[in-house]
Amino acid sequence: MPDNLHFKTVTDLQSLLAGGEISSVELCRELIDRKEAVDSKIQAFNSLDAENVLANAEASDQRRANGELRGPLDGIPIGLKDVIAVSGSPLTCSSRMLENFVPPYDATVSRKLKEAGAIPFGRLNMDEFAMGSSTENSAFNTTFNPWSSDRVAGGSSGGSAAAVSAGSVPVSLGSDTGGSIRQPASFCGVVGMKPTYGRVSRFGLVAYASSLDQIGPFGRSVADVAQVLQSIAGHDPKDSTSIEKAVPGYPEILQNPIGPWKLGVPKEYFEEGLDPEVKACIQKAIDWYADQGCEIQEIQMPNMDLAIAVYYIIATAEASSNLARYDGVRYSHRSEQSEDAIDLYFKSRAEGFGEEVKRRIILGTYVLSSGYYDAYYLRAQKIRTLIREDFMKAYESVDALLTPTSPFVSFRAGEKNEDPLAMYLSDIFTISANLAGIPGISVPCGFNSENLPIGLQILGKPFGESDLLAIANSFEQAHDFSSQHPDL
Amino acid sequence: MNKDSIDIDYVARLARIDLSEKERRLFSSQLEGILEYFKKLDQVDVSSVEPMAHAFQVENVLREDESVKGFDPETAVKHAAAKRNQMVQVPKVVEG
Repeated sequence: MPDNLHFKTVTDLQSLLAGGEISSVELCRELIDRKEAVDSKIQAFNSLDAENVLANAEASDQRRANGELRGPLDGIPIGLKDVIAVSGSPLTCSSRMLENFVPPYDATVSRKLKEAGAIPFGRLNMDEFAMGSSTENSAFNTTFNPWSSDRVAGGSSGGSAAAVSAGSVPVSLGSDTGGSIRQPASFCGVVGMKPTYGRVSRFGLVAYASSLDQIGPFGRSVADVAQVLQSIAGHDPKDSTSIEKAVPGYPEILQNPIGPWKLGVPKEYFEEGLDPEVKACIQKAIDWYADQGCEIQEIQMPNMDLAIAVYYIIATAEASSNLARYDGVRYSHRSEQSEDAIDLYFKSRAEGFGEEVKRRIILGTYVLSSGYYDAYYLRAQKIRTLIREDFMKAYESVDALLTPTSPFVSFRAGEKNEDPLAMYLSDIFTISANLAGIPGISVPCGFNSENLPIGLQILGKPFGESDLLAIANSFEQAHDFSSQHPDL
Repeated sequence: MNKDSIDIDYVARLARIDLSEKERRLFSSQLEGILEYFKKLDQVDVSSVEPMAHAFQVENVLREDESVKGFDPETAVKHAAAKRNQMVQVPKVVEG
């Protein structure tokens, strides 16, 4: 069997499978062993049903032997953030509230992946109900960064990023409400993409902030991310916000990219608060694009400074409404201490939710409450319009924007725990894409002096995923950052 | 109305969450800091701006009124902490 199977890309694995050099069962066994060997240190997984994985792998090998492959991802394991439903598999959202919940149905993305022959591989850790930027808010474990085990993996999809980075699984899915795919991808040195709002069905994704949430892929190469996006994108009658628009062939676009591109650099992203090493690294990437003949334009995003405040009003307002469903009655945690039916709500929610979730529900309830609605929620919705207009104006003159994904590299566990506002500010560069509904990708673009990964964020036009993948791929092909792996 | 203060007990009641004394104190001070940060939005003139609830125009989506297969009753109530005769059991809500 080839060496270092656990760090192979999906593209490599596909040719090994096609050439008969490995079977899906052998691949999955290797990854189960890898997970056993490294995950006690990283804690990326909430659970892994090895028996089920191997049964699915065997079925895939059988299909291959019979010439009945379902698609290019047949036999490829994929990790799923523990917020996406897979029928019969635990779905905890890293919360005590759903600790024993096993959904009786598949999320649309899970169904599509299964129909493509991909193998769901483990439930990946996250901040509770996707609320957080470090995966320290999980009710079960903190996920640590494979590049430095005293640092965080980022969040909220920290498990999805860390598992791919650590070589426990080649690709995974996460969800991104304010940067929860791109920021952990940046911290862990992998590729992560948030598609346009409406590109991927949210059916079966546990809701946090419904007007912002979007599912997207992680991988160790842009090509792998393109393949996974291909299999999950498209309209779904079960999600009324998914959009009926043809899905282009993403992997094919990488074969025939249409460059050079006009790229915008928003100057507001390079001002105070940006780590000097991150800044230098992003500047180097921008210079590289210029050297390839891309036209670089300075862009103004005058409302960018308001995005965090707007986000934490809108997201918590939507969360306070979405999380009202966890009342202890039908399927979530039920308190055994309650005195009556109303008390059951109060106590079940007090016992089931962790601190950050409570904080956001309280904040969201407050901004929606009588007397404050206009001052906070309505005002935030109006400024959301202005933020979107900033992007649309920028896209009149450029194809995409280049920015840092995060103002800094991965921080130490515990460093921002005591100060929620400091933690919220770490999302400053990713959050406005969710407010505007546009797609974004984070691609590894270097390391700092402590050998910690830095991510370049590329933000695109609505439904401009093809451009983003091509722009990111051209950079990746000319550098070797994506092929470097942590030493575990 | 004073935008700076937050009546934590009132909001917790609206949100149907019992907060411990420690959480009450912690959230009160943290949320006041966060609301202070939100004040930066007050500088923006939004008098002629339309609010945005979604990135794209959302329209009502209807499907044909045809029955589709759903969960059977056992599956639907499987995760309720208490159940009886395929129904979710809750504490008494009406006296009598």
